[in-house]
Amino acid sequence: MKFTFFHLMPYRPLDLEQRKKHRAAWVVLPNSLYDPKKGADEYQSYIDQLVYAEALGFDVIGVNEHHQTAYGMMPAPNLIASLLIARTKTVKIAILGRALPLVANPINIAEEFAMLDNLSKGRIITGFVRGIGNEYHATGLNPYFSHERYQEAHDLIVAAWTRPGPFAFEGEHYNFRYVNLWPRPYQSPHPPIWIPSMGSSETIRWAAAPERKYPFLVTFSARELVARYLNMYRDQAKEYGYEVSGDQLGWACPVYVADTDARAKAEATAGIETLFNDFLTSPWEMLLPPGYTSLSSMKNTMRMRKALGSRTKRQTIDELMESGTVAVGSPRTVREQIERLRDLTGLNNVITMLQFGVLPDDLTRRNMELFASEVMPRLRR
Amino acid sequence: MSVRERKHQVRDISVRLFRDGKGEKLLFLHGETGLPGWIPFFEALASRFDVLVPEHPGFGLSDNPPWIRNVADLALYYLDLVEALGAEKVHVVGHSLGGWTAAEMATRNCTQFNSLSLISPAGVRVKGLPAGDNFIWSPEETARNLFHDQTLAEQYLARTPSETEVDLQLTNRFAAAKFGWDPRWYSPALERWLHRIKVPTLVIWGRDDKFLPSAYGKVWSERVPGARLDIIAECGHLPHVEKADVTAEKILGFLGGR
Repeated sequence: MKFTFFHLMPYRPLDLEQRKKHRAAWVVLPNSLYDPKKGADEYQSYIDQLVYAEALGFDVIGVNEHHQTAYGMMPAPNLIASLLIARTKTVKIAILGRALPLVANPINIAEEFAMLDNLSKGRIITGFVRGIGNEYHATGLNPYFSHERYQEAHDLIVAAWTRPGPFAFEGEHYNFRYVNLWPRPYQSPHPPIWIPSMGSSETIRWAAAPERKYPFLVTFSARELVARYLNMYRDQAKEYGYEVSGDQLGWACPVYVADTDARAKAEATAGIETLFNDFLTSPWEMLLPPGYTSLSSMKNTMRMRKALGSRTKRQTIDELMESGTVAVGSPRTVREQIERLRDLTGLNNVITMLQFGVLPDDLTRRNMELFASEVMPRLRR
Repeated sequence: MSVRERKHQVRDISVRLFRDGKGEKLLFLHGETGLPGWIPFFEALASRFDVLVPEHPGFGLSDNPPWIRNVADLALYYLDLVEALGAEKVHVVGHSLGGWTAAEMATRNCTQFNSLSLISPAGVRVKGLPAGDNFIWSPEETARNLFHDQTLAEQYLARTPSETEVDLQLTNRFAAAKFGWDPRWYSPALERWLHRIKVPTLVIWGRDDKFLPSAYGKVWSERVPGARLDIIAECGHLPHVEKADVTAEKILGFLGGR
């Protein structure tokens, strides 16, 4: 089993009472609530944690991209990745991922990843995403064309990495007379591409295709859904005529370990509940702008919402533990939860979030150490 | 009521179309919230005109062809539709997105236009006066921001839409995003070409429009040669719904007075 230490870099000093006066911690949350002195300290803590993960034996350290939000302070994750390259030796560095449709020129993404791959001598893992719905409010980009732009930007970036240049790219959204990457990527044919997703059948079908076989990571979902989506990927691979490898199947999840279940829960509660209720939660108009998902899946979502009633209550750590959306407990409890999903799906790729919400530095470090010493070794094959 | 609903074919697509009345042809182009059905406003116009109300491609039950990707495409589609109706001239009335579309048509070719009536049209940006963010509004905010009269908003909110209606609203929301998300509810080129509209033009606005501010009306009346601006008091973004009688009277008066 492979382990990633993944960071969102939330802005923990956020005034949560002020936050409640706005519809989300995204896009419309006034940036007067950001204090640069505190923010600078946050960056320092988080980068130290990512560097420490190498010493603890994690296989991969990971960062990601979000815009105009206290949920994550990395609008430009490659800047962090570049710093991590300088401060680490062998650990892989994953950018999970860049939001392809949001940029006017995807060649810039191809170039930056190629630079990082050279700088790190091949330690880069890339992630291709569309950004969450809120990002389309933040950037003004039309979500109706999100899928089209994603496909096209993907094709352009992979071609830029692999086809001898210069060549011309002629698309609907992107048109370039000269595509001719200097530098080319260090890894051959190109850095790995991972696909983090909330799970949609279109994405699964596309990622699992034999010419891609991109590792698929299900994020922030209940155990049942994680298992369903990963097994959909497995079945899709079978349909394509090949057997999926566990390395293609990943699960991203907040994890907290302490010596007992009770202590773990007590220490993780504030972090978990702020992550899900204060930092992540957004109204559906922001999370699912028109076209971000297909019309048919949007119709289904609205039917489910109607059936369930709109959610105004805060999610509790008990509910999140019960549904398996988070893994919180003693080393044994957490290990068993991961084993359970492995048995259900054959996954081999665990992306841990060991800092989440307002979880402070000291607890984060102990959490990382306990996970590395008490959980990871027994799960390695 | 003798209103007829049918599928109307132009090129390789068909759209839903309501039609009623006798007289000169009048084409109504609906706004981003979709085709409201056959409302009293249309009934009033149908007393003197042959009123045609198509549902835009991409909206509701109409086809959504891949070759209509923006308002310029939509405008050219409607020029095709008008030509296909025959050589006769038509009066064009457009609301919001439909007003924008009508103006785009007229800047390209207004030889088949008898007149143009724009009700709170989208399509032009006024710096410093951004449009309301209809895509971030909750359903409640939307209802409250579209109407001046809050009892109308409350009536709207008190209704539980059927599953079919919810599906249609979603379809309309997708189409609205396609046409109006970016650039947000305007075309950078349109204002530069409004002088090409060479037919009698009336611009109507609800004074309390919280989506497209009524101050936009001034730009329209300055840029479209001879255009008349008429502001309706105590009225939001949907004058033809909130003040149906007044709006219909103004348009009938404008059309009759020429």
